[in-house]
Amino acid sequence: MKEFFRTHRDLLGLIGVLCAAFLIMWGCNPTRFVTLNNLRSMAFQLPEIGILTLGMMVAMLHGGINLSIVGLANLTGITIALVLHAILPQGARGEAGSWLMLVAAAAGFFVSLLVGFLQGVLIGYAGVSAILATLGTMTLVNGVCVLITHGSTLSSFPDSILFLGNGSLGPVPVPLLLFLFCAAVLSIILRRTTFGFGLYMLGTNQEATKFAGINNRVILLRVYLLSSVLASIAGLVMMGRFNSVKADYGQSYLLITVLAAVLGGTSASGGYGKVLGAVLAVVMLQIIASGLNLLGVDPFFAIATWGAILLVVMALNHFLRARA
Amino acid sequence: MSEPPAAQAQDVFLRLEKISKRYGGVTALDQVSCSIRKGEIHCLAGENGSGKSTLIKIISGVEHPDSGSIFFDGQTPRHLDSTESINRGVQVIYQDLSLFANLTVAENIALPRVLARKAIALRWSEIQRRAADALKRIRLEIDLQETVGNLSLAQQQLVAICRALSGDVKLLIMDEPTTALTRKEVDILFSVVLDLQRKSISILFVSHKLNELFEVAERFTILRDGKWVGTFEQRDLDARKLVTLMTGQEVASDAFWPGLKDREVLLEVRSLSKRNNFKDVSFQLHRGEILGLTGLLGSGRTELALALFGMNRPDSGEILIGGHPAQIHSVQEAVRLGISYVPENRIRQGLVIGQSIGSNIILAMIDRLLNRFRLIDSMQRKQVIQFWIRKLGIKVQDPGLPVETLSGGNQQRVVIARWLATNPKVLILDCPTVGIDVAAKRSVHQLIRELSQTGVGIILITDETGEALNNCERVLLMRSGRFIACLNSAEETEWTIQSRLEKP
Amino acid sequence: MKKLVSRSEFYLFLLILVLGAGFTAANPKFLSLQNILDLLKSYSFFGILSVGALVVLLSGGIDISFTAVAQVAEYVTVAVILQYGGNLFTAFLLSSSIGIVLGLINGLLIHFLQIPPIITTIATLNLYFGCLYVISTGNIIYRVPKFFEDLSGTMLPGGFPMVAVLWIGVVIGTWVILHQTVLGRSIYALGGNLIAAERVGFKVLYIRLFVYGFMGFLSGFGSVVHTALVQSAIPNSIVGHELDVLAAVVLGGANIFGGAGSLAGTFMGVALLAMLGNGLTLIGISSYWNDVVIGIVLLVGVTFSSLQRMYLAGRRAKVVVEEGAL
Repeated sequence: MKEFFRTHRDLLGLIGVLCAAFLIMWGCNPTRFVTLNNLRSMAFQLPEIGILTLGMMVAMLHGGINLSIVGLANLTGITIALVLHAILPQGARGEAGSWLMLVAAAAGFFVSLLVGFLQGVLIGYAGVSAILATLGTMTLVNGVCVLITHGSTLSSFPDSILFLGNGSLGPVPVPLLLFLFCAAVLSIILRRTTFGFGLYMLGTNQEATKFAGINNRVILLRVYLLSSVLASIAGLVMMGRFNSVKADYGQSYLLITVLAAVLGGTSASGGYGKVLGAVLAVVMLQIIASGLNLLGVDPFFAIATWGAILLVVMALNHFLRARA
Repeated sequence: MSEPPAAQAQDVFLRLEKISKRYGGVTALDQVSCSIRKGEIHCLAGENGSGKSTLIKIISGVEHPDSGSIFFDGQTPRHLDSTESINRGVQVIYQDLSLFANLTVAENIALPRVLARKAIALRWSEIQRRAADALKRIRLEIDLQETVGNLSLAQQQLVAICRALSGDVKLLIMDEPTTALTRKEVDILFSVVLDLQRKSISILFVSHKLNELFEVAERFTILRDGKWVGTFEQRDLDARKLVTLMTGQEVASDAFWPGLKDREVLLEVRSLSKRNNFKDVSFQLHRGEILGLTGLLGSGRTELALALFGMNRPDSGEILIGGHPAQIHSVQEAVRLGISYVPENRIRQGLVIGQSIGSNIILAMIDRLLNRFRLIDSMQRKQVIQFWIRKLGIKVQDPGLPVETLSGGNQQRVVIARWLATNPKVLILDCPTVGIDVAAKRSVHQLIRELSQTGVGIILITDETGEALNNCERVLLMRSGRFIACLNSAEETEWTIQSRLEKP
Repeated sequence: MKKLVSRSEFYLFLLILVLGAGFTAANPKFLSLQNILDLLKSYSFFGILSVGALVVLLSGGIDISFTAVAQVAEYVTVAVILQYGGNLFTAFLLSSSIGIVLGLINGLLIHFLQIPPIITTIATLNLYFGCLYVISTGNIIYRVPKFFEDLSGTMLPGGFPMVAVLWIGVVIGTWVILHQTVLGRSIYALGGNLIAAERVGFKVLYIRLFVYGFMGFLSGFGSVVHTALVQSAIPNSIVGHELDVLAAVVLGGANIFGGAGSLAGTFMGVALLAMLGNGLTLIGISSYWNDVVIGIVLLVGVTFSSLQRMYLAGRRAKVVVEEGAL
């Protein structure tokens, strides 16, 4: 426990704000906030943004940003939908063979990885700055999504996909399990692999890692492949939860994931950030959104609150640093 | 030794009284007082971290002191910021030059002047005229419309000097002014300085290179650990006494080290060339040898080192390692072949500032710490870090602390430890003692010698000819991309080498 | 000539010429005066925003929140004028003032809290936009005062649209600021080297306040043009397009890290986006291809300029090698 506090001292502030938000929301909704129903609905809503935030965080760790994650999530969903619809013309409702699902999912992940590969090559090998490379691929990916769907909504998917977005194992929602699984795996990758170690070092000083014989290019390539995989998983969850896919789903999530990652302690200039922080930040944003929702406040008030909280937290950090 | 009462008189331009400044828990300056007379060439000497740069920042108004007062011509400005300081006639030439690479030469020189006039509209003719005048003043010819980013480093330095002189300057502060200049340019600079002095402009040099300062400075103010040690007339000092005052201890000069006698060739280079980098370079490095490589900045010495380290692909020529031809196309390849390189710029290229001491040590060999699941073994990681900290005697409380908490000498040990952990055959050290205080310098030399005894071949690139002579048996001289001589250090003196490096 | 070839604006100009020639060959309507005037009109709002975004990038900052600023300015202005009455002048005055205030808040936060501008402005984007939605409760105002319609219909002799004149006026005004005032050169200097700017005596705070305030001003000013063009005030009609504007500015050769970029380039960046959208439709390619083509152009553009930079850096002479025998 003491060890935990020592290594996570930087997260204590965030945990404090999280607890405060929880207590305030509970206080405002004494009967409705801490109910199984509400907790479950929160647990269904948070994984999409949560997994996308992890994908954003990975890119931010090297000092970059990935503006294409929402586009990639949609692209994955649309590809899977198109493959399923092509093979099962009647609409792919109900049961689908598991091999068919695997083929469709593989296709969805493949196109996403292809884009990630392109980004990695542009950023790692051609020296394009991450914001520009991903701005370009974002436009391209969104364009491709519109092009292949003609802007329409595709819906009705097999139960196995719906299970990923709406299913439960006992009382626990499947998307939440997926989110926690992603977070755990990512945490191990970042803390215990040479890639993760190299990523933190590269994000702090790219020139020094080059001089230390670290292969920066390979690390950057892997960053964007990993970010794409996470975006695709988020795409699966979104697809299952909405039972539909469309080129412009979730566009407002993009900047929220940056906000959540920074709130969770990820540095915008790279090198610092923990998975646990990102998870806590996403949970906090969800608590605020759900609590305000129960109060009957306009959902956009939650968005304003998120912006304000980020500013307040950054301001507090600044003054605490100045005092130290 | 103490401030003479005459300093109170009218001939003092700048007087500092009991200036103190703290950053967080660290005292950078503690009750420092000194004064600079009109038309005086004054030198601010001290080791790294002694508070020199903080003092400059305070004089130039970039930082505000916690306590103490500053008098310009006997007056204290109410609020001293950088504009006020410039208006009072203080100009600083910073070590990093602080130029705007995206603007033209004319704009770089003239904009600050126009700014001081609080002008709103810009008259391009005025910019042009002011800049041309300023260039004429130091007899310099550069295209005024050229973008500064396209100039060579030496030209940029002259532009920075020009900018500082273009205004109504009364005190010119030069922060390590000669680091990037060749001897010839230093001479131009000094002639300008003497010229300024005749116009009763004061000059404050900040430097830790002692020999060149002795030529021009009249008085020395010495700082140590943020405290004022004293202000001395030049005639009361010699180089040895100055070092003692700066370090606070008697320093014996390094004895010559004959090196290990072993004729096994580790590395051989045969007529290596690269356009605009180096030409027709050949040499051999033996096991356990410390080979000196010296030349001025821009002589191609670093470019050659990078070629051996896989970061600068040569056009032609051969590199042989242990007698076998090697193609070194990447740093990874170089490391695999047992070549390692400690870069000159410790802060930007050597260390990952911000990350822990431990992480910096294992950076180059992290892939050797994996367990059978291909994950980093934290036990092993801890042990390796501990091993190297102990082995190189790095003074550290907790390897988890950020590496910038270490002193310069210990930081350099961290970089060296990182490479030793990869078990190299050849270690290239590019100016390993730059910016390190005198005592730490000696211990780095000691470390290099111990390493060579274990059989590592070392190439010691250095600015300071004394360093090469004391540590190396053979010294290669490089000028304009070529080797001009291979000297036996027993037969040379610092002076003979220096003159050969600078000749044409 | 050599200088010209090294500038990205030059290649952009060539691309525009080639595309223009291609589109015209396929459909002569493309080069018709009417088509060009229509494009100028419909892209005037976008063009005004791109000028502001350029100035922010030049100073070494970035602003993501300007769409929300424009959104707030537009909605509040229309709502206030409907309630209390007003004319075109008060509309410009009110929305520009709102824009300036919100922009100054960005500038103050960035300067004093030292948060990276991208993070600050993402936060304020959410803050401004969320607040607007709460105040407006998402209501769309379909009937805007008639003078907005008049503005959009006003033509100079020759059918030149008034809103395009406003855009061109903004470009010229900004050119004067950037090239004929000390402030303008200070913006370039700040974007080139922040630390040096502080040391040499530039007032970084004032420059930042101006830059973000100016972005806010143009967002507010432009939002009146937007209202005129769309004849309504919809609380989510602008937010979401911030990255499109940045894309145009970057296509125009502005350096995302500050210090370099030009108004001519930015104008051409907007022109290129406008041409692609319009030209593809005119030659009979479905508008579904729009973003795909823009994405590809953007990627090729940024990759090309990055490779060019790497090539030039590698070629720069490091050592003057003595040739011949010693």
